Amino acid sequence: MSLLVLPILVPLSTAAILMLAPKRAVLQRWISMAGAAALLAAAVAIFLRVNHDGIQVLQISAWPAPFGITLVADLLSAILVVAVGVVGTAVACVAFSGVDPRREALGYHPLIQILLMGVVGAFLTGDLFNLYVWFEVMLVASFVLMALNRTGPQMEASFKYVTINLIASSIFLTALGLLYGATGTLNMAELARVWPTVATPGVHSVLAVLFLIAFSIKAGLFPLFFWLPASYHTPPAAIGAVFAGLLTKVGVYSLVRVFTLLFYGESPTIFALLLAMSAATMVIGLVAAFNERDFRRVLAFNLVGHIGYTTASLSLLTPAALAGAIFYVVHHIVVITNLYLVSGVMLRLRRTTDMAGLGGLYRDQPWFAALAMIPIFSLAGVPPLSGFLGKLAILEGTFSAGAYWLGGLVLVVGLLTLLSMARVWADSFWRPAAAAQDLASPGAPLIGAIAALSLVTLAMTCAAGPLYELTLRSAQQLLQREDYLRAVLGGAR
Amino acid sequence: MEMLLALASAVLYAAGIYLMLRRRLAQLIIGLGLLSNGTNLLIFTAGGLTRARPPVLPEGAVVLQQPYADPVPQALVLTAIVIGFGLLAFSLVLAHRVHDTIGSDDVDDIGRER
Repeated sequence: MSLLVLPILVPLSTAAILMLAPKRAVLQRWISMAGAAALLAAAVAIFLRVNHDGIQVLQISAWPAPFGITLVADLLSAILVVAVGVVGTAVACVAFSGVDPRREALGYHPLIQILLMGVVGAFLTGDLFNLYVWFEVMLVASFVLMALNRTGPQMEASFKYVTINLIASSIFLTALGLLYGATGTLNMAELARVWPTVATPGVHSVLAVLFLIAFSIKAGLFPLFFWLPASYHTPPAAIGAVFAGLLTKVGVYSLVRVFTLLFYGESPTIFALLLAMSAATMVIGLVAAFNERDFRRVLAFNLVGHIGYTTASLSLLTPAALAGAIFYVVHHIVVITNLYLVSGVMLRLRRTTDMAGLGGLYRDQPWFAALAMIPIFSLAGVPPLSGFLGKLAILEGTFSAGAYWLGGLVLVVGLLTLLSMARVWADSFWRPAAAAQDLASPGAPLIGAIAALSLVTLAMTCAAGPLYELTLRSAQQLLQREDYLRAVLGGAR
Repeated sequence: MEMLLALASAVLYAAGIYLMLRRRLAQLIIGLGLLSNGTNLLIFTAGGLTRARPPVLPEGAVVLQQPYADPVPQALVLTAIVIGFGLLAFSLVLAHRVHDTIGSDDVDDIGRER
């Protein structure tokens, strides 16, 4: 049972070793790589166990729930922890092709490990206050990573990022205080049991809205996403890749958790609100992406827009829609991380990600272009890649739930994504370069990481059938609360 | 007593949000501090106020008799205070660095400098 602490302990001890070990770059990179690989291995072990034996629970220090802190891994958590392992390993691999020396000396490697630990902790915890603590762990690491280098644009971005996240944390904490006052517990399973019996008028909707606001800021939903495109393009590509791949997904995961465990029986208004916010996010994110000429800013807006897909599906609360959302989240984690790494190659080759300064990459770097094609067209949703299958799963969910207009909107936004990615492809790869001069080689480890993530995308495409079946089971597990409650609280209740 | 603390918490929230809407970095950070302390007070109050009733089992008893002071909100507040303090310290350093880099503590100047 102690398997569940491993994905938290491994990055923590890796970070500790990295702090104590000599500050030689090569050594630090290898330790970091070993830690990330161990995290991936632990995540896969947990996933296999959960897939085989059902929900896994660990009561820390043997305090029975709901009195102690519980770690829970259901299928959703297990799938996401594996995704964290994949992203962590890819980013650790990227470090071999060079990190800014100043950043590396100031603790780049341990900070990445702490960030991974925070994300994994958020996915595994079964206690809402503990979730808050993991959020903070993750945020502090991301704050420092973002502000490590003091250039003007980076300071500006960090400042916006820190302020808005602190506000979100305050709102989250406020909601927790009120929730504890109303129910006397913060254990998620116990809350799910007690919550329907809370009769104080107004408490339900106030808390649902507070959680919605707090997590929407983290996930980047309209009208609360403006901090994201303002900050994600400034740090180096590897840091941007971790942020884009994982941080917003923690917000989405938290929304899924509280809306399936607590607020599922709430008045339809809150779900209509979530649906409206998600629909607006999809449209505004992708329309705004057209206005951008910088590849990384285009990516940031695409990231925001696609978060809308997943939360819109969540608001329908049917197994098929939720399965589509989970499938899409997993696809998106891999692809968006990969695309930020692609932007890193562009930075190395041309010192810019502004599409005006790119072009001719297809001619100059045919292998890189062939690799980059996979994530770009997967995000665009070109069949048969995983983005297309993810959208198909979401469409199936929306149509089977009777939300035809939402399905139509998903199709329109899908078309916008295709156009936006096609423009990226045409402008940076096909268009003749203004002045074709590739500065340096992009570095084999960076290309290797992109190739590995592209392979994961291809594997997800080939194994889409079993993967969809898995996400469907995970969605059913989320909507069938009894299993979760029984696993955490024991059979007595 | 609950009403008094609820009002105090409301005043802290209001003052915090007002200060965060100001343009100077220093005011923004003081606002953040007030906001996090308002939240702490709210958690403490929402958990219920019970005076002079520690949650300690008397000699020979097996179950605590109501009313007793709930220890959980106090533990939560303690955690939140520590985290809030750390974040406040971090944002002070960040504000200092922003001031160093940009040479102004006006939030509007931060976006202008490119």
